[in-house]
Amino acid sequence: MAVQVELLKSITYFSGLPLNELGRIKDLIFEKAADKGELVLFEGKPAEVLYFIVSGVVKVFKTSADGKEQTLYFMRPDESFNDVSVLVGGQNMANAGALVPVVLYGIRKDDLEAVIRDYPQVARNVILALSQKVERLVSLVENLSFRHVPGRVAKILLEYAGDMDGRKPRLTHQEMAAIAGTAREMIGRALKVIEEEGAVRLERQRIVITDKEALQEMAGVAT
Amino acid sequence: MVEMPSIDRERCNGCGLCIRVCYCKALTLVDNVVIIVETEECGWCTQCEAVCPTNAISCPFEIVIEE
Repeated sequence: MAVQVELLKSITYFSGLPLNELGRIKDLIFEKAADKGELVLFEGKPAEVLYFIVSGVVKVFKTSADGKEQTLYFMRPDESFNDVSVLVGGQNMANAGALVPVVLYGIRKDDLEAVIRDYPQVARNVILALSQKVERLVSLVENLSFRHVPGRVAKILLEYAGDMDGRKPRLTHQEMAAIAGTAREMIGRALKVIEEEGAVRLERQRIVITDKEALQEMAGVAT
Repeated sequence: MVEMPSIDRERCNGCGLCIRVCYCKALTLVDNVVIIVETEECGWCTQCEAVCPTNAISCPFEIVIEE
């Protein structure tokens, strides 16, 4: 399908641009679809394309030499990924895979640099998008450094709760472990601890938050 | 209809570990690939996902806030 200006408008990078400018930028953007589980970026490969998510959810993650995985972000519609690698130049800093069938818009490095040069509003938007990424990474560092595993899991549950519009993915224990920076085996135990504290009820396929304040306390976040 | 764990047939190497841990006998090997049979007995214990060496099985959880 052709790239649509209407969809570009809601992407942070292009926010606030008039339609005629979006129309010109549109010609530099291409569409890419990926099936569930398909990798769209490989760590270590040349960083050539920045992607925006039109629909679906993409997991951005790093893998260690012994196969351990650390999730950095789950990216949702209107968000971008591979920004830092493309802007810095060099190699993709992480892998990215589709958690559900996804549609992406991509822009090549040279085209992105031209757009940033020609449209000051885009340059301002890039600063905002990168700042939001730094904020998320600081939150991840805080999580890994200061919280015990049940606290980390509590924080994940709060972040991924609700949102029935499908923008938040369902999570497996494996995925929770990758976000929390721990082994999969720890997740089941952590969930049991949280259930014993009365903050959640574990059901088949569902984790029901029954006491949000207690969960916030476990997660160490302000109520 | 009961939702069951999902299996990525491309990733499944047919090792059969999941079949051994499944208490409700919902998994079986056909042509060296695991297939899943719908059953009310499946309690979403996630053991099949835990033992899978190729991450071919997914047991995702929805996270909701009680109204």
